[in-house]
Amino acid sequence: MIPYRIAIVASIAALIFLLVIFELIRSRRLQERYALLWLITGGVILILSAWRDALRLVAEQIGIAYPPSALFVIGFLFILVVLLHYSTVISELAEKNVRLAQDLALVEERLRLHERREQGARAEGA
Amino acid sequence: MNQPPPPRKRCIAIVPALNEAATVGRVIQEIRDVDPDFTVVVVDDGSDDATGTVAEAAGGTLLRLPFNLGIGGAVQTGYRYALANGFDVAVQVDADGQHDPSQLPLILEPILAGEADIVIGSRYAGLGTYRARGVRRLGQRIFARVVSLVVREPLTDTSSSFRALNRRSLSLFAADYPHGFLETVEATVLAGKYRLRMKEVPVVMRERELGRSSLTVPLSLFYTAKVLLAVFVSLFRRPAVRLEEEP
Repeated sequence: MIPYRIAIVASIAALIFLLVIFELIRSRRLQERYALLWLITGGVILILSAWRDALRLVAEQIGIAYPPSALFVIGFLFILVVLLHYSTVISELAEKNVRLAQDLALVEERLRLHERREQGARAEGA
Repeated sequence: MNQPPPPRKRCIAIVPALNEAATVGRVIQEIRDVDPDFTVVVVDDGSDDATGTVAEAAGGTLLRLPFNLGIGGAVQTGYRYALANGFDVAVQVDADGQHDPSQLPLILEPILAGEADIVIGSRYAGLGTYRARGVRRLGQRIFARVVSLVVREPLTDTSSSFRALNRRSLSLFAADYPHGFLETVEATVLAGKYRLRMKEVPVVMRERELGRSSLTVPLSLFYTAKVLLAVFVSLFRRPAVRLEEEP
């Protein structure tokens, strides 16, 4: 069984973590869609920290003799998923950034063409 | 002495469109039929088909986004255009033909009369027989309940995007509008937060003519969770923009 001290410390840590995420969303520094994975991570860690029987059961199932290690492994897995998700998000952002720059260049060229034509028309009119 | 008639309100219809080349032209035409003075702006949210070309040919103003922003970002593009170009009233009309432009006067009336800042065309307020089915309807019911509770106003259809806005709500949504799917639910909560006057008006919607809802089950679960989270957090959020006082 997981020692009480670890259960309490881990629960408090998970709770603080969740509060920080909530505050980040509230102050608009974190969008809801990117917060969901973090919230699930924090929630699972909190449940497994506070509910010692559940953690023991999970540890037994995957063959970990010392339950707190299971908490560690599960936390690690979740963070891995979050990081992977962020890598895909960054890739998408990079792709869009390139497109934006290209579009801007094309629009700017059209604008200059337009301005030159307008100048030409005015010069002819004068 | 004769009072000069009050200047006519300048109205704009915002039509977000993603791959709706088959229907967008007719939607624009129908809006024009209702009121030829309506400016129609089509926001092409990264379509692969001829949506943009069709929209321009039908006489719409085209705002072409360089890539797909999602419905919220697309609609907000239209709101920003409307605000920057001095429009007084904006309506949102979907490009798939679901919203019947001949019902525009219904949702415009309370705005023009100065009775509301936002008018929502509701499918479930009495008119018509449209009913979404299954999980979709369940989701709509849950959102209507939750949002009614949060904004303390009995609303029956928070996911309807057939809406009309006055200058006041327009300036809010131009500055702050939820991204992604199911944006109308969050937008309604936002409007409640800013104490905008909301009014629901019963409307009839047409069956979707072409194409089906693009949502898969995991994606709709994700969005439901996201929207509920957003609604929950919004309870604790301080307003980020300051609205002009009422005239």
